[in-house]
Amino acid sequence: MAFKGALVIDTEKCKGCAVCITGCPQDPKCIALSKKVNAKGYNYLEMVNEEACIGCASCAVICPDGVIEVYRAKC
Amino acid sequence: MTREDIIKPENLVYKRTPVLTDATMHYCPGCGHGVVHRIIAEVIEEMGIQDNVIGISPVGCSVLAYNYFDVDFVEAAHGRAPACASAIKRLRPETFVFSYQGDGDLASIGCGEVVHACNRGENITMIFINNGIYGMTGGQMAPTTLEGMETVTCPYGRDPKIMGHTMRLTEMLAQLPGTYYVTRQAVYTPAAARKCKKAIRQAFENQKLNKGVSFVEVTSNCNSGWKMTPVQANKWMEENTLKYFPLGDMKVDGKFDPKFIERVGTFDQPNETIFSLRKK
Repeated sequence: MAFKGALVIDTEKCKGCAVCITGCPQDPKCIALSKKVNAKGYNYLEMVNEEACIGCASCAVICPDGVIEVYRAKC
Repeated sequence: MTREDIIKPENLVYKRTPVLTDATMHYCPGCGHGVVHRIIAEVIEEMGIQDNVIGISPVGCSVLAYNYFDVDFVEAAHGRAPACASAIKRLRPETFVFSYQGDGDLASIGCGEVVHACNRGENITMIFINNGIYGMTGGQMAPTTLEGMETVTCPYGRDPKIMGHTMRLTEMLAQLPGTYYVTRQAVYTPAAARKCKKAIRQAFENQKLNKGVSFVEVTSNCNSGWKMTPVQANKWMEENTLKYFPLGDMKVDGKFDPKFIERVGTFDQPNETIFSLRKK
Protein backbone atom coordinates (compact mmCIF):
# COMPACT_ATOMS: atom_id res chain seq x y z
CA MET A 1 0.00 0.00 0.00
CA ALA A 2 1.42 3.29 -0.99
CA PHE A 3 0.98 6.56 0.74
CA LYS A 4 1.10 9.98 -0.70
CA GLY A 5 1.71 13.07 1.30
CA ALA A 6 1.34 16.80 1.04
CA LEU A 7 2.73 19.63 3.12
CA VAL A 8 1.23 22.99 3.97
CA ILE A 9 4.02 25.38 4.91
CA ASP A 10 3.48 28.60 6.81
CA THR A 11 5.99 30.56 4.73
CA GLU A 12 5.73 33.73 6.82
CA LYS A 13 6.85 31.94 10.01
CA CYS A 14 9.56 29.82 8.36
CA LYS A 15 13.08 30.97 9.25
CA GLY A 16 14.87 28.95 6.58
CA CYS A 17 17.10 26.98 8.96
CA ALA A 18 17.02 23.92 6.63
CA VAL A 19 17.04 21.46 9.55
CA CYS A 20 13.88 19.84 8.13
CA ILE A 21 15.64 19.13 4.81
CA THR A 22 18.19 16.92 6.61
CA GLY A 23 15.26 15.06 8.20
CA CYS A 24 13.59 14.18 4.87
CA PRO A 25 14.21 10.45 4.18
CA GLN A 26 13.60 10.66 0.42
CA ASP A 27 16.35 10.93 -2.17
CA PRO A 28 16.17 13.41 -3.87
CA LYS A 29 14.65 15.44 -1.04
CA CYS A 30 11.02 16.53 -1.33
CA ILE A 31 11.67 19.95 0.17
CA ALA A 32 14.19 22.74 -0.44
CA LEU A 33 14.68 26.38 0.40
CA SER A 34 13.06 28.77 -2.04
CA LYS A 35 14.97 31.50 -3.84
CA LYS A 36 12.23 33.91 -2.79
CA VAL A 37 12.19 35.48 0.67
CA ASN A 38 9.38 36.14 3.14
CA ALA A 39 8.62 39.42 4.94
CA LYS A 40 11.45 38.81 7.44
CA GLY A 41 13.99 38.16 4.71
CA TYR A 42 14.40 34.41 5.14
CA ASN A 43 14.50 31.98 2.22
CA TYR A 44 11.46 29.98 3.19
CA LEU A 45 10.80 26.27 2.67
CA GLU A 46 8.94 24.95 -0.35
CA MET A 47 8.13 21.58 -1.89
CA VAL A 48 10.22 20.74 -4.93
CA ASN A 49 9.55 17.04 -5.39
CA GLU A 50 5.85 16.70 -4.58
CA GLU A 51 5.54 13.26 -6.15
CA ALA A 52 8.02 11.67 -3.73
CA CYS A 53 6.45 12.86 -0.45
CA ILE A 54 5.04 9.99 1.62
CA GLY A 55 3.71 12.15 4.47
CA CYS A 56 6.06 10.67 7.10
CA ALA A 57 6.11 13.97 9.05
CA SER A 58 9.87 13.66 9.71
CA CYS A 59 10.36 17.26 8.59
CA ALA A 60 7.55 18.47 10.84
CA VAL A 61 8.79 16.81 14.05
CA ILE A 62 12.16 18.60 13.92
CA CYS A 63 10.89 21.98 12.70
CA PRO A 64 11.80 24.41 15.52
CA ASP A 65 9.01 26.78 14.58
CA GLY A 66 6.26 24.27 13.81
CA VAL A 67 5.49 25.73 10.40
CA ILE A 68 4.85 22.42 8.61
CA GLU A 69 1.43 20.76 8.48
CA VAL A 70 1.42 17.22 7.07
CA TYR A 71 -1.37 15.35 5.26
CA ARG A 72 -1.20 11.72 4.18
CA ALA A 73 -3.61 9.74 2.00
CA LYS A 74 -3.75 6.10 0.89
CA CYS A 75 -3.56 5.57 -2.83
CA MET B 1 -4.19 12.09 -6.84
CA THR B 2 -3.73 15.84 -6.75
CA ARG B 3 -2.53 17.98 -3.89
CA GLU B 4 -6.07 19.21 -3.27
CA ASP B 5 -7.31 15.64 -2.86
CA ILE B 6 -4.74 14.94 -0.16
CA ILE B 7 -5.17 18.13 1.87
CA LYS B 8 -8.36 17.23 3.71
CA PRO B 9 -9.02 17.18 7.46
CA GLU B 10 -9.33 13.38 7.57
CA ASN B 11 -5.83 12.97 6.10
CA LEU B 12 -4.13 15.26 8.64
CA VAL B 13 -1.18 13.58 10.37
CA TYR B 14 0.70 16.49 11.87
CA LYS B 15 -0.33 19.99 12.85
CA ARG B 16 1.09 22.69 15.12
CA THR B 17 -0.49 22.15 18.52
CA PRO B 18 -3.01 24.74 19.81
CA VAL B 19 -1.19 24.76 23.19
CA LEU B 20 1.44 26.93 21.48
CA THR B 21 0.32 30.48 20.75
CA ASP B 22 0.47 32.00 17.28
CA ALA B 23 3.42 34.23 18.22
CA THR B 24 6.55 33.78 16.10
CA MET B 25 9.36 32.57 18.37
CA HIS B 26 12.30 34.92 18.85
CA TYR B 27 14.83 32.06 18.76
CA CYS B 28 17.51 31.96 16.08
CA PRO B 29 16.72 29.79 13.04
CA GLY B 30 17.36 26.13 13.82
CA CYS B 31 17.49 26.51 17.62
CA GLY B 32 16.61 23.42 19.67
CA HIS B 33 14.46 25.51 22.04
CA GLY B 34 11.69 25.70 19.44
CA VAL B 35 11.53 21.92 19.07
CA VAL B 36 11.49 21.35 22.83
CA HIS B 37 8.76 23.98 23.30
CA ARG B 38 6.67 22.23 20.68
CA ILE B 39 7.27 18.80 22.24
CA ILE B 40 6.24 20.04 25.72
CA ALA B 41 3.13 21.66 24.24
CA GLU B 42 2.23 18.43 22.42
CA VAL B 43 2.65 16.42 25.62
CA ILE B 44 0.39 18.88 27.49
CA GLU B 45 -2.21 18.59 24.72
CA GLU B 46 -2.07 14.78 24.64
CA MET B 47 -2.42 14.50 28.42
CA GLY B 48 -5.28 17.03 28.41
CA ILE B 49 -3.80 19.06 31.26
CA GLN B 50 -3.73 22.49 29.64
CA ASP B 51 -5.89 24.00 32.41
CA ASN B 52 -3.89 22.35 35.17
CA VAL B 53 -0.23 22.99 34.39
CA ILE B 54 2.14 25.74 35.51
CA GLY B 55 5.48 26.32 33.83
CA ILE B 56 8.47 28.19 35.23
CA SER B 57 10.60 30.01 32.69
CA PRO B 58 14.24 30.87 33.44
CA VAL B 59 16.54 33.73 32.60
CA GLY B 60 18.36 33.10 29.35
CA CYS B 61 17.25 32.60 25.76
CA SER B 62 14.03 30.97 26.89
CA VAL B 63 13.09 33.84 29.23
CA LEU B 64 10.15 34.69 26.97
CA ALA B 65 8.79 31.12 26.95
CA TYR B 66 5.57 32.40 28.56
CA ASN B 67 4.73 34.16 25.30
CA TYR B 68 4.67 30.89 23.39
CA PHE B 69 2.77 28.52 25.69
CA ASP B 70 -0.96 28.95 26.19
CA VAL B 71 -0.66 27.77 29.83
CA ASP B 72 0.01 29.49 33.15
CA PHE B 73 3.59 30.61 33.53
CA VAL B 74 5.83 32.14 36.18
CA GLU B 75 9.10 33.87 35.38
CA ALA B 76 11.69 33.11 38.08
CA ALA B 77 14.82 35.03 39.06
CA HIS B 78 18.07 33.85 37.51
CA GLY B 79 18.63 30.18 38.36
CA ARG B 80 15.76 30.04 40.84
CA ALA B 81 13.22 28.13 38.74
CA PRO B 82 13.50 24.88 40.82
CA ALA B 83 12.87 26.81 44.04
CA CYS B 84 9.86 28.53 42.47
CA ALA B 85 8.56 25.23 41.10
CA SER B 86 8.96 23.56 44.52
CA ALA B 87 6.83 26.24 46.16
CA ILE B 88 4.08 26.03 43.55
CA LYS B 89 3.98 22.24 43.71
CA ARG B 90 3.80 22.22 47.50
CA LEU B 91 0.92 24.71 47.51
CA ARG B 92 -0.93 23.08 44.62
CA PRO B 93 -0.08 19.35 44.71
CA GLU B 94 -2.69 18.50 42.06
CA THR B 95 -1.18 20.87 39.49
CA PHE B 96 1.44 19.67 37.02
CA VAL B 97 4.53 21.86 37.43
CA PHE B 98 7.52 21.99 35.11
CA SER B 99 10.62 24.16 35.13
CA TYR B 100 12.40 24.96 31.90
CA GLN B 101 16.04 26.05 32.12
CA GLY B 102 19.13 26.46 30.00
CA ASP B 103 22.63 25.43 31.01
CA GLY B 104 23.81 28.86 32.13
CA ASP B 105 20.75 29.16 34.35
CA LEU B 106 20.64 25.60 35.72
CA ALA B 107 24.25 24.40 35.74
CA SER B 108 25.97 27.64 36.71
CA ILE B 109 23.90 30.29 38.44
CA GLY B 110 21.19 28.02 39.80
CA CYS B 111 23.40 25.02 40.53
CA GLY B 112 22.62 25.11 44.25
CA GLU B 113 18.87 25.39 43.69
CA VAL B 114 18.69 22.45 41.33
CA VAL B 115 20.86 20.19 43.50
CA HIS B 116 18.77 20.87 46.59
CA ALA B 117 15.44 20.61 44.78
CA CYS B 118 16.56 17.20 43.48
CA ASN B 119 17.86 16.21 46.90
CA ARG B 120 14.55 17.12 48.55
CA GLY B 121 12.78 15.02 45.94
CA GLU B 122 10.21 17.61 44.92
CA ASN B 123 7.51 16.11 42.73
CA ILE B 124 8.20 18.26 39.66
CA THR B 125 9.42 17.92 36.09
CA MET B 126 12.62 19.72 35.13
CA ILE B 127 13.60 20.33 31.54
CA PHE B 128 17.26 21.26 31.07
CA ILE B 129 18.45 22.52 27.68
CA ASN B 130 22.21 22.04 27.38
CA ASN B 131 23.92 23.82 24.52
CA GLY B 132 27.29 24.34 26.20
CA ILE B 133 27.25 28.12 26.05
CA TYR B 134 25.53 31.25 27.38
CA GLY B 135 23.48 31.89 24.25
CA MET B 136 21.52 35.03 25.14
CA THR B 137 24.41 37.18 26.29
CA GLY B 138 26.54 36.46 23.24
CA GLY B 139 28.19 33.05 23.65
CA GLN B 140 30.28 33.11 26.85
CA MET B 141 31.75 29.99 28.43
CA ALA B 142 29.36 27.95 30.59
CA PRO B 143 30.16 25.07 32.98
CA THR B 144 29.01 22.68 30.26
CA THR B 145 31.35 24.10 27.58
CA LEU B 146 33.47 21.27 26.18
CA GLU B 147 37.22 21.17 26.75
CA GLY B 148 38.97 22.91 23.87
CA MET B 149 35.75 24.53 22.65
CA GLU B 150 36.15 28.15 21.59
CA THR B 151 33.76 30.74 23.02
CA VAL B 152 33.83 34.51 23.39
CA THR B 153 35.42 34.32 26.86
CA CYS B 154 37.83 31.49 26.02
CA PRO B 155 38.90 32.33 22.46
CA TYR B 156 41.78 29.82 22.55
CA GLY B 157 39.56 26.99 23.69
CA ARG B 158 38.56 25.91 27.19
CA ASP B 159 41.65 24.89 29.14
CA PRO B 160 40.67 22.64 32.08
CA LYS B 161 43.80 23.64 33.98
CA ILE B 162 42.56 27.21 34.37
CA MET B 163 38.84 27.03 33.68
CA GLY B 164 37.86 23.72 35.23
CA HIS B 165 36.35 20.62 33.69
CA THR B 166 33.18 20.25 31.71
CA MET B 167 30.36 19.59 34.13
CA ARG B 168 28.15 16.52 33.71
CA LEU B 169 25.39 17.86 35.93
CA THR B 170 22.78 15.30 34.91
CA GLU B 171 25.04 12.40 35.93
CA MET B 172 25.54 14.18 39.26
CA LEU B 173 21.81 14.63 39.85
CA ALA B 174 21.09 11.00 38.94
CA GLN B 175 23.07 9.96 42.02
CA LEU B 176 20.82 11.93 44.38
CA PRO B 177 18.13 9.86 46.10
CA GLY B 178 15.39 12.44 45.40
CA THR B 179 15.39 11.93 41.64
CA TYR B 180 12.99 9.37 40.19
CA TYR B 181 13.61 9.66 36.45
CA VAL B 182 16.77 11.12 34.90
CA THR B 183 17.50 11.00 31.20
CA ARG B 184 19.42 12.77 28.46
CA GLN B 185 17.84 13.30 25.06
CA ALA B 186 18.43 15.34 21.90
CA VAL B 187 16.28 16.83 19.16
CA TYR B 188 18.62 17.00 16.17
CA THR B 189 17.03 14.20 14.10
CA PRO B 190 13.40 13.08 13.72
CA ALA B 191 14.16 9.83 15.59
CA ALA B 192 15.81 11.68 18.48
CA ALA B 193 12.94 14.19 18.65
CA ARG B 194 10.39 11.35 18.84
CA LYS B 195 12.38 9.67 21.62
CA CYS B 196 12.64 12.99 23.45
CA LYS B 197 8.87 13.36 23.29
CA LYS B 198 8.45 9.94 24.91
CA ALA B 199 10.87 10.93 27.68
CA ILE B 200 9.10 14.23 28.37
CA ARG B 201 5.75 12.45 28.39
CA GLN B 202 7.16 9.99 30.95
CA ALA B 203 8.50 12.88 33.02
CA PHE B 204 5.04 14.48 33.15
CA GLU B 205 3.27 11.17 33.86
CA ASN B 206 5.63 10.59 36.82
CA GLN B 207 4.11 13.58 38.61
CA LYS B 208 0.96 11.52 39.19
CA LEU B 209 3.03 9.02 41.23
CA ASN B 210 4.48 11.59 43.65
CA LYS B 211 7.87 9.86 43.77
CA GLY B 212 10.37 12.66 43.14
CA VAL B 213 12.02 14.79 40.51
CA SER B 214 11.79 13.83 36.83
CA PHE B 215 14.75 15.41 35.10
CA VAL B 216 15.12 15.55 31.31
CA GLU B 217 18.27 17.02 29.82
CA VAL B 218 18.02 17.89 26.13
CA THR B 219 21.37 18.31 24.39
CA SER B 220 20.82 21.16 21.98
CA ASN B 221 22.76 23.31 19.56
CA CYS B 222 23.47 27.04 19.59
CA ASN B 223 24.29 27.83 16.01
CA SER B 224 24.66 31.60 16.60
CA GLY B 225 26.94 31.10 19.59
CA TRP B 226 28.96 28.39 17.90
CA LYS B 227 29.16 30.53 14.71
CA MET B 228 27.81 27.81 12.41
CA THR B 229 24.80 27.21 10.21
CA PRO B 230 21.98 25.22 11.88
CA VAL B 231 22.79 22.08 9.86
CA GLN B 232 26.53 22.36 10.61
CA ALA B 233 25.80 22.95 14.30
CA ASN B 234 23.71 19.77 14.51
CA LYS B 235 26.50 17.82 12.83
CA TRP B 236 29.12 19.32 15.17
CA MET B 237 26.94 18.44 18.14
CA GLU B 238 26.64 14.85 16.99
CA GLU B 239 30.42 14.55 16.51
CA ASN B 240 31.60 16.35 19.67
CA THR B 241 28.97 17.09 22.30
CA LEU B 242 27.33 13.68 22.20
CA LYS B 243 30.69 11.99 22.87
CA TYR B 244 31.02 13.78 26.19
CA PHE B 245 27.28 13.84 26.91
CA PRO B 246 26.02 10.47 25.64
CA LEU B 247 22.26 10.12 25.20
CA GLY B 248 20.12 7.68 27.14
CA ASP B 249 18.36 7.02 30.42
CA MET B 250 20.34 7.23 33.64
CA LYS B 251 17.64 6.47 36.15
CA VAL B 252 14.23 4.95 35.40
CA ASP B 253 11.60 4.40 38.10
CA GLY B 254 14.08 5.35 40.80
CA LYS B 255 16.62 2.68 39.75
CA PHE B 256 19.91 3.18 37.92
CA ASP B 257 20.10 2.02 34.35
CA PRO B 258 22.79 -0.74 34.10
CA LYS B 259 24.40 1.01 31.12
CA PHE B 260 24.73 4.19 33.16
CA ILE B 261 26.57 2.42 36.00
CA GLU B 262 28.94 0.92 33.44
CA ARG B 263 29.56 4.32 31.90
CA VAL B 264 30.23 6.13 35.19
CA GLY B 265 33.10 3.70 35.79
CA THR B 266 34.80 4.90 32.62
CA PHE B 267 34.77 8.63 33.46
CA ASP B 268 38.10 10.43 33.13
CA GLN B 269 39.93 10.83 36.39
CA PRO B 270 40.72 14.38 37.59
CA ASN B 271 43.86 15.91 36.18
CA GLU B 272 46.65 15.01 38.61
CA THR B 273 48.69 18.13 37.83
CA ILE B 274 45.95 20.50 39.01
CA PHE B 275 45.59 18.73 42.30
CA SER B 276 49.35 18.62 42.92
CA LEU B 277 49.54 22.39 42.23
CA ARG B 278 46.74 23.15 44.66
CA LYS B 279 48.41 21.19 47.47
CA LYS B 280 51.39 23.55 47.37
